[in-house]
Amino acid sequence: MELKTKAQAGSFESSDVLILVEPVEKGAGRIIELKSIVMQQFGDDLLRQIHANLDDFNIDDVRLIINDKGALPPTVSARLETALKRAAQLQSGTLK
Amino acid sequence: MLYIPGNNPAMLQQGSVYGADGVLLDLEDAVALNQKDAARILVAHMLKYISYEGCEVTVRVNHIDTPFGLEDLKQIVPLQPNALRLPKVETVDEIKRILELIEQIEDEHNLPHEHMKVHVMIETALGVQNVYDIARYSPRIDAISIGGQDLAADMQLVKANDGVGIDYARKQIVMAAKACKIDVFDTVFVDVENEEGLREEAEYIKKLGFTGKAIINPRQIEVVNEVFTPTELEIRKAAKIVKAFERNKAEGIGVFAVDGKMVDAPVVQRALRVLEMADIDVESL
Repeated sequence: MELKTKAQAGSFESSDVLILVEPVEKGAGRIIELKSIVMQQFGDDLLRQIHANLDDFNIDDVRLIINDKGALPPTVSARLETALKRAAQLQSGTLK
Repeated sequence: MLYIPGNNPAMLQQGSVYGADGVLLDLEDAVALNQKDAARILVAHMLKYISYEGCEVTVRVNHIDTPFGLEDLKQIVPLQPNALRLPKVETVDEIKRILELIEQIEDEHNLPHEHMKVHVMIETALGVQNVYDIARYSPRIDAISIGGQDLAADMQLVKANDGVGIDYARKQIVMAAKACKIDVFDTVFVDVENEEGLREEAEYIKKLGFTGKAIINPRQIEVVNEVFTPTELEIRKAAKIVKAFERNKAEGIGVFAVDGKMVDAPVVQRALRVLEMADIDVESL
């Protein structure tokens, strides 16, 4: 998947997560800024899940800004997938 | 049947805990146009992860002629919820086209055509006129529902909430469903603060023959369940009729009296329906 533009998905509502995706230069790696209300308990799990999801989409270079409000794993996966597809301009909803 | 907005994670994950018979995960009217993609992906992930045990799970997709309808089918059909709800169906040709698309997607995923049922929503005057032919088009269609708000808009009704303008449509849709022996669900009651109004409307549509009612807030579940659950008196009366029927049948008597009132086959049939709704096994009487 080729990321072409900045995009976001999700919200600051309870049980949701807001994810901002930004394309970066090839070789820059995965730059992930993670804030979570359950950082202490689930921060490592959340990061592991984000990396696994990025693996599924074959994305090695990306900047992610994640603000988690206690989202369940399917919500995190869904919001990341939405933001990535928007950033790749595969579907509507892309940030202007 | 509780409507849950498809882009709301908190409500999607808690949907089954409120005691509704079914949850309706909505990709259509409850989702903003610029969040259709997000809702579709979220509902797809939730269907794989959340167990809605004890609840029938239905997904309302967008109409096939919108920019979102086909993508909804491609994402949701492979996940095989209990049912798909198709909005604003108006003609037989339309339902034929949508069912063909669903079956094509199922074939691509090696899925059977029988598992996932289809609920058809009638929300326009044209749909009301064609409802019987639509309902009987396929055995996959196991319920029809009326979408009161859209129907009122299509009929250019100024005042919709008293139900007068959609009364004919309600009756027509019930009759079509009964003729096809499938379930029929009433529209939502939008004034969530008005519990008495909800009760009155639920009692009215139960009398018309509706199987149940769609709701938009967990607060409405108790009222609708109370109306649609047979009372103890109704259950006792039904049990008495069924027991008397069994006794008389053994003696070859078809028509008899219970508490001074004539009982024949249709009365027994209604009594059996009451026991069925109360989850009472006739054999246990």
